[in-house]
Amino acid sequence: MRDGTPARPASGDPYDVIVIGGGNAALSAALAARRTVRRVLVLERAPVHMRGGNSRHTRNVRCAHDPGDTYLSGEYGEDEFLEDLQKVGGGRVNVELARFTIRQSKHLPAWMSTHGVRWQQALRGTLSLARTNRFFLGGGKALVNTYYDTAERRGIDVRYESAVEDLVLAGKRFAAVVVRCGEARTVIRGRAAVVAAGGFEANLGWLKRYWGDAADNFAVRGTPYNDGAVLACLFDKGAMSIGDPKGFHAVAVDARAPKYDGGIATRLDAIPFGIVVNRDGLRFSDEGEDLWPKRYATWGGRIAEQPGQIAYCIVDAKTIRCFLPPLYRPVQATAIADLAAPLGLDQAVLVGTVEAFNRATAGNTAFRPDVLDGTCTRGLQPPKSNWARPIDRPPFYALPLRPGITFTYMGVAVDERARIVGRDGEPFPNLYAAGEIMSGNILERGYLAGFGMTIGGVFGRLAGEGAAADARV
Amino acid sequence: MPASDLFQEAERQLIVCNACRYCEGYCAVFPAMELRQAFTGGDITYLANLCHDCRSCYYACMYAPPHEFAVNVPQILSEVRQESYGRYSWPASLSRLVTSVPMTAAVVVAAVAVVVAVASLLAGPGRVLSAHVGPGAFYQIVPYWAMVAPGVAVCCYWVGVWIAGGTRFWRDTAATGRAPAPVGAVAGAVWEALVLRWLRGGGPGCPYPREHASYARIVWHMLVFYGFGAAVASTTIAFIEQDLLDRMPPYPLLSAPVVLGTLGGLAMIAGTCGMLVTKAQSDRAPASGPTLGMDYAFVVLLGLASLTGMLTLVLRETAAMGIVLMIHLGVVAALFVTAPYGKFIHLVYRFLALVRNQVEQREADHHGPA
Repeated sequence: MRDGTPARPASGDPYDVIVIGGGNAALSAALAARRTVRRVLVLERAPVHMRGGNSRHTRNVRCAHDPGDTYLSGEYGEDEFLEDLQKVGGGRVNVELARFTIRQSKHLPAWMSTHGVRWQQALRGTLSLARTNRFFLGGGKALVNTYYDTAERRGIDVRYESAVEDLVLAGKRFAAVVVRCGEARTVIRGRAAVVAAGGFEANLGWLKRYWGDAADNFAVRGTPYNDGAVLACLFDKGAMSIGDPKGFHAVAVDARAPKYDGGIATRLDAIPFGIVVNRDGLRFSDEGEDLWPKRYATWGGRIAEQPGQIAYCIVDAKTIRCFLPPLYRPVQATAIADLAAPLGLDQAVLVGTVEAFNRATAGNTAFRPDVLDGTCTRGLQPPKSNWARPIDRPPFYALPLRPGITFTYMGVAVDERARIVGRDGEPFPNLYAAGEIMSGNILERGYLAGFGMTIGGVFGRLAGEGAAADARV
Repeated sequence: MPASDLFQEAERQLIVCNACRYCEGYCAVFPAMELRQAFTGGDITYLANLCHDCRSCYYACMYAPPHEFAVNVPQILSEVRQESYGRYSWPASLSRLVTSVPMTAAVVVAAVAVVVAVASLLAGPGRVLSAHVGPGAFYQIVPYWAMVAPGVAVCCYWVGVWIAGGTRFWRDTAATGRAPAPVGAVAGAVWEALVLRWLRGGGPGCPYPREHASYARIVWHMLVFYGFGAAVASTTIAFIEQDLLDRMPPYPLLSAPVVLGTLGGLAMIAGTCGMLVTKAQSDRAPASGPTLGMDYAFVVLLGLASLTGMLTLVLRETAAMGIVLMIHLGVVAALFVTAPYGKFIHLVYRFLALVRNQVEQREADHHGPA
């Protein structure tokens, strides 16, 4: 083949590399492996229209770069990238692996382009990330489609609706996978494997171990297929766990969002412009703490701690147009008191909360939505530190909010070659991990937009190349 | 579906899109949508006609069916577009009648029959079926006045309906004010139309006929468009030669009318055939059924007009010329008659939508994001 990919032999032999999973990390691994070995298999659990795991819902990848990139403005150096990571991770960052990831991220866009990925010029709507993140033309599903097309053209086998039920190991050596497809169960042998099967955020039963019944009220923003079955299997086989089991990335989504797969459209950006009350009609957190892109990832967790895991954002006619138009129609009323009944809140408490807020913001008129405007409450607990103006111009609007869980942090430990490490501290010699299932190695908590795709791309390639090297021995 | 349901459904889908915005790099529709918080009927009509049906957004959409959000923007906007063609045409009932394949076929047959009847009446069947050469040979079959007078009449009617429809479209889709568009915006829109800027899927081409990006559609469309342009130029030059310079057709093979007409005709034949083949192969999931019929009718008619035109040229010194010429004139007449109602009017509304988009994007650049 013209890119130097070796030709494929007839079937029957074990696969050189088996990739478990079907998102960005998995396909990066498969494509990287296929550059040097013949038989590569991708086992995607989902049907075709749902392929790609949570990568379907992504939009961009964070990359360090020098100035002069057509698709990115300005410069984004390795040190600044690491600082950003440490700010959100609060010290729970593996600096060595993070530095490696960041350095490799510089080469990621070119590698992705050679595998067919198309990019989007920065537009008005993407400006807040235009310097740090490269946007896929059409978003994550377009990226996933492109990778599957490229995989098909390069002769990579892809099996859909194929769930891995077990891994067959000889000692610590990977030998085969047990795959269920419909009623049929087959054993497929391989010389090396890459596990890129995502986290366990769609497994509410598993989440309940750490969150109790509160997990029943979470919306899962991404694929319903990330139930952590392969992660659990790896733990059974003696893989070392890494990351806080309770650690997750969750944002505030509309409470009317679908239980699964609601994606980007269900998130709400109204919070900094109004107040948020819980089921008891009381405020519980500073809505104006910082610019929204820096704080929106904290609100899923904040609401998860509230009774019933529900909250209501209340804004008035002054601010209803300050944020992206919501997917679901807000509850609307001409008086605050009239919002209480449709929301099921105690009317007197709700009116009291808004009145107290309005007293603490009386006379506040300065308002700059795009900067920390310092317009804050006086003598109110909890305070609102910015954009605090009285909620007094009808009609009034309420948006019900729930935690929308995006991904989990607990995964398997890996070494610097992306090999999975056992509880004995020794790696499995030919078993690799990439993507969300190992992202806790780099960042144990906190969220940096587009960094999950960076990890998936960098470690997908690394794992795919490593597994291919093992297969050739 | 009834118009009100159609607009409600389009609005429902656009609200999902406006909360997502991943597709904004593909075309002009999504950036235009982002300038709005809510969608009036005029907005939806405007966005529907701005859409070039490139379908990139459908394949990139994680909310496409079977997702419960069931977003299929190319399909719903095609349906709105077709509804708007009917709504802005006059009389609207004629639009519904003429836009189907069987009705278009009936119009063609009727038009050819009328031409044959007129020619036979005026020239006599003997003259129609014999060979003619030399200056004015065509007019031995159908006299010049009998060719031009009905042609001009139908053209006036056609252009009149287009102008009336375009005016109402422009008025209804105005978000604010009714000021005329600045020259720069019109020039920008002309450029976008000439290069088909929004039929490129944001760079890689559109996923047509199926989900892989390709330039098939833009190439076929360019061939038809510029082929049609060459045919119009050929006719115009022929008119000048004949009526202003007193040189009677047929013109020599290397004359401007024949060369332009030949190139245009061949381009249109290739383009329409390409369109028909890709359309037949195309994925039905993002398509709208009723629109397909209208598209086929128009493309076939254009293809027939160019094919019979070319045959007239090739056979012009034989006895078959009379029959072929009459069929050609009949097909062209049918093209003219259906022009105010069929797919041909996309030219008007899409161009006006491009102008509207240029105007509002320039304003947005000037004032900052909404």
